[in-house]
Amino acid sequence: MLLHDTALIYGRYLRQSLRSRFALLFGVLTPLLYLLFFGPLLTRLPLGGRGTSWQVLVPGLLLQLGLFGALFAGFTIIIEKGQGVVERMRVTPVNRLALLLGRVLRDATVFVFQAVLLVLAALVMGLRAPLAGVLIGFAFVGLLTLSLASVSYALGMKARTPQEFGPLINAVSMPSMLLSGLMLPMSLAPGWLDVLSHLVPFRYLVDAVRDAYVGAYATPHMLYGVLVAVGFAALAVTVGTRVFRTAGA
Amino acid sequence: MPAVISTAGLARTFRTKNGPVDAVRCVDLTVQASEILGFLGPNGAGKTTTLRMLTTLLRPTGGAATVAGCDLATDPAGVRRASGYVAQSGGVDPQITVMEELVTQGRMYRLPKARAVARAEELAADLDLTGFLGRKTGALSGGQRRRLDIAMALTHRPEVLFLDEPTTGLDPGSRADLWALVRRLRDEHGTTVFLTTHYLDEADALADRLVIVDAGTVAAEGTPGALKLRYGGSLDATLQDTFLAVTGRRPAPADSAPVAV
Repeated sequence: MLLHDTALIYGRYLRQSLRSRFALLFGVLTPLLYLLFFGPLLTRLPLGGRGTSWQVLVPGLLLQLGLFGALFAGFTIIIEKGQGVVERMRVTPVNRLALLLGRVLRDATVFVFQAVLLVLAALVMGLRAPLAGVLIGFAFVGLLTLSLASVSYALGMKARTPQEFGPLINAVSMPSMLLSGLMLPMSLAPGWLDVLSHLVPFRYLVDAVRDAYVGAYATPHMLYGVLVAVGFAALAVTVGTRVFRTAGA
Repeated sequence: MPAVISTAGLARTFRTKNGPVDAVRCVDLTVQASEILGFLGPNGAGKTTTLRMLTTLLRPTGGAATVAGCDLATDPAGVRRASGYVAQSGGVDPQITVMEELVTQGRMYRLPKARAVARAEELAADLDLTGFLGRKTGALSGGQRRRLDIAMALTHRPEVLFLDEPTTGLDPGSRADLWALVRRLRDEHGTTVFLTTHYLDEADALADRLVIVDAGTVAAEGTPGALKLRYGGSLDATLQDTFLAVTGRRPAPADSAPVAV
């Protein structure tokens, strides 16, 4: 039943996304702008890592896409609560985990699609990376989206208004972006900032995807990245499902 | 006659910053099969909290209840399979078509796709929505949307239908149509209807029996006639007078925002 219900909810929300093609393409605009207008600035700078500046920047932009897109997913559930759609679904026998999974899998699909567009654009700009590494990058984006969207939906279920939700998400997203080394590797940072950034889980994902983009798969960064991504996903989905089960209870 | 809804000492206490609030203190009630029960009370009396508990949206903190033979605490999925719920605010996405919402709803109750489509067409015909199946729900009038809400709640042919202030905001014609529909559900399909409303004329016209709650407990119950006789002094008394005598308050205007308890 979990599979049936998840597929049903996933299909409903995927059709909803496909109806707003403009939003689908618009979501990728910010990272594309970074790629076009920020990427060329880095090509002659020593970034301290392996590979070209594109192999450093593109993994960061991919995770930025997931970070910003998925964290704001909870806005939609606040709107749906107002429309009564969430309650209507919660009084049906649909599996509670499926109510969350259907939504977050849709989000992961959308962001992986946007990630593919971004990588295609990056290839035109000069990115060269092994196919396996690129695919690993997509897997990380998918997993990160799933985790962050789960957390965002859980917060959205608790929030009463978008005005309450927005500042909270901004308070999480901006430090996460700055401290995870999305734009530039944290190896360039002074010691204290590098230490601080290790407290941010996204840092491990960024490092892992950067390794993947230079074809280094059996590295400590990759191991930590996988552990953090899987652990965070398990925790986020558990919390999200619990909120869907008990919201208002 | 078997009780389709039965509660014993049903209670719900909310923890707030200012200490615990007993929204529902002790509600004992039974609703028989094919009965239309009007559940009335002033704002803050515990109507919505009781309804939300009976539809599994809210967990009771005391007492017990069964709906269609399924225990609320141990078999909430059984309660969900047996009941339909029409929330006051409705529950459809304005960007989605009537057909898609109906079919998705049927699928959520595990109908195979072909049956869900057939059921959607059947309900649309029954509720005068056939001409709107391809239309987005946001483009429907208030009355049409209400009929859609009810159609959604009926996709799985529930034994019990919970209606939360179903006619709020409807014009008189749409209200009359909805009353006729509720009666038809009872008479033709044997559906048990649990109805909350602020319109006392609606309760008077529709309900076989009324339960008036106040301060989280049942203050009075009986047929509209019996309540008028007992609290209003005669069968000619209005339900408004009866309500006033029971609760000491006039009912809140139907369009006022109910207290979220």
